[in-house]
Amino acid sequence: MAKELKLMKGNEAIAEAAIRSGCDGYFGYPITPQSEVMEYLMAEKPWEKTGMVVLQAESETSSINMVYGGAGAGKKVMTSSSSPGISLMQEGLTYLAGAELPCLVVNVVRGGPGLGTIQPSQADYFQATKGGGHGDYQLFVLAPATVQEMYDFVFLAWEVAFKYRNPVMILSDGAIGQVMEKLYVGDYVPRWTKEEIMKISPWATFGKPDYRDHNIITSLELDSAKQEIHNHKLQAKYREMEEKEVRYEAIECDDADYVFVAYGSSARIAQKALQLGREKGIKVGLLRPITLFPFPKKPIAELSKRVKGLLSVEMSAGQMVEDVRLAAEFRCPVEHFGRYGGMIPTPHEVLEALEKQIINRK
Amino acid sequence: MFNPDIIKPENLVYKKTSVLTDAILHYCPGCGHGTTHRIIAEVIEEMGIQDKAICVAPVGCSVLAYNYFNVDSQGAAHGRAPAIATAIQRLYPDHHVFTYQGDGDLAAIGTAETIHACNRGENIVIIFINNGIYGMTGGQMAPTTLLGMKTATSPYGRTVELNGYPLQITELLAELPGTYFVTRQSVHTAAAVRKTKKAIRQAFENQKNKKGTSFVEVLSNCNSGWKMPATKANEWMVENMMVKYPIGDIKVDGEIIKK
Repeated sequence: MAKELKLMKGNEAIAEAAIRSGCDGYFGYPITPQSEVMEYLMAEKPWEKTGMVVLQAESETSSINMVYGGAGAGKKVMTSSSSPGISLMQEGLTYLAGAELPCLVVNVVRGGPGLGTIQPSQADYFQATKGGGHGDYQLFVLAPATVQEMYDFVFLAWEVAFKYRNPVMILSDGAIGQVMEKLYVGDYVPRWTKEEIMKISPWATFGKPDYRDHNIITSLELDSAKQEIHNHKLQAKYREMEEKEVRYEAIECDDADYVFVAYGSSARIAQKALQLGREKGIKVGLLRPITLFPFPKKPIAELSKRVKGLLSVEMSAGQMVEDVRLAAEFRCPVEHFGRYGGMIPTPHEVLEALEKQIINRK
Repeated sequence: MFNPDIIKPENLVYKKTSVLTDAILHYCPGCGHGTTHRIIAEVIEEMGIQDKAICVAPVGCSVLAYNYFNVDSQGAAHGRAPAIATAIQRLYPDHHVFTYQGDGDLAAIGTAETIHACNRGENIVIIFINNGIYGMTGGQMAPTTLLGMKTATSPYGRTVELNGYPLQITELLAELPGTYFVTRQSVHTAAAVRKTKKAIRQAFENQKNKKGTSFVEVLSNCNSGWKMPATKANEWMVENMMVKYPIGDIKVDGEIIKK
C-alpha cells in the first residue's frame, strides 16, 4: 500500500480517514474542540471524489439519528462531537446498540460537567464504557494517543463495527484532536457497492428484493421473554469482544516495580513521567489501554501479581481507576492521579504522585 | 355464503395489496390507521416501487407499522423519523423513503427534526396522522389537542392558560421553502379515502421527480382516546377537528394555495 506523509490535526486525520476508508456518510453538528472534522470534510467535498455524503444536522440528536438511518441501511456512516453533544446523542446510541447497528461515533472530549470548558479532558470514560444511555449495552471504545491512531482507528472501527454489528466509539480528547503531528495515510478504499452491501449486511434496509421478506430495523420487542433472549445475544457479543478484541500497549513493564495505567493524552504524559522516573532509578512501566471496552483486565491482573503498585493517570476525578482496581483485585495498591476540568497534568506532577501516593505511602 | 362457482379469477373485483403483510393489525376498530396503511401500500404497489420503498415508523400507536408494510422498514426513536429518513434518502437518492408519524411524535418531541427536514427540502414523503391525542400511552394531551378537549392530562379540558394553543404544524411547514406539496386529508368516508389516496400518490410522484418534501396530514378519529363509538367519533371529528384543521391542499407545486 502506498504511504503518503502528511501533517495534520487529529480532527483532520479523522476526516481524512473517513474519506479514505470508504465512509458513505458523515452527519454532524459543530462543537469545540472537534469542529475541524466537518469543516475539513466540507472543504474537501468528498461527494465529488468518492460519493460520500456530508451533512450538517440541526442538532446532535438529529445527527446521531441520521447515523441510525444510514447504518440501518447498511452504509458506513459516522458522526463526531464533543462531550455535551455526545450527551445529547445518548438516546441514539442506545437505540443503535439495541438495534445492533454498526457505526462510528467520535468523541473529542472536553471538560465538564455541563457546558464545562473547551479544554481537553477524559471525564467521559464512564459514559463511554458503562453504557451512557439506558439499558444493558456496550459500545466498543477505542482510545487513540496520537494523530496517526486517530487516522488508523477509523479503519479499525469499521472492521469491528461490521464484524459485531455494534456501534464503535473513538474516545479522543481536545489535545489529540487539536495537536498537529505527522502521519502516514494509505490508499483510498472504495465505498461498498449496493451488491456488496447486500452481501455484507443482508439484514439492512436497502429496499426489499423479491427473494426475501422485508427487513426491519428496530430495538423494540414488547414480549419480555424475547427481549431477554435479545439481551442474552447482546451480552454474548460483548463477552466475545472481551475474549478477542482487547488491545493495549505495554511499555517497559517487564522489569517494572510500579506501573502507570493511562490512555490517550494521559498515556503520553505518563510515558514522559516514566522516563523521568527511570532517570531517578525508579523502575516504572506504562500500561496503555487502547480498547477501553473491552478493557485489558488480564494484563492488569498479571501486573498486579508482581508489581508494588499501579497508578491510574487520567484527566478525570478517577473513573478508569475503578476498572483498574477491579482487575487488580486488591493484590497491590491501586491509586488515582488526575487533573480535571480541562487542566492537563505535567510529567513531574505524575511522577510526584507516584512517589507520594504509592512508593512512599504510609 | 360460500359459493365456489363465484370465486374465480375472472370474477375478482378487489384484492388486498401485496405491499401489506398478513400480520393482523393491532389498531382499534374504526381508527384511521388501518385505512391509511392500506392506501399507502396500494400506491406503492401501483407505482411499482416496493423494492425501493423504505418506511420509517414512529413511536406511538403506529410504532409497529413496520410489521404491516411489506417493505424494508426502520423503527425510529420518538420524533426522530425525519432525521433517519433524511440519511437513508441521501444515501439512496433513487429510493422512496417515507415516514409515518403521529401528532405527538411529529409535532411535539420531533418538532426540530420535522421542521429542519422540511426546511432542507429533503426528498422524502411524510405521512402525518393527526388525531389530537396520544393514543398509545392512554389518551394524553397532544400538541394538536383542541381547546376544551378532555384528555388524561387535561382532565378538565385544554385551556390556553395551562396548555397553550393547538399547534397547526402543517400550515407552519407549508411556509417553509423546502416543502413542495402540503395537504390535509382524512379517511372518514369513502370519498375522503379516495382523495387521500390521490394525495399520497401525488406525494410519491413528487418524490420520484425529486421535488423536495411532500407532506400529507391525515385527520383520524381516536375513538378509544376520545371515548366515543367510532361513528360518533367521526361526526365529532367533522364538527370540531375540521374547524381547526380544515381539509384541503395547503401548498401545491411549491405554491401556497390562496384562500
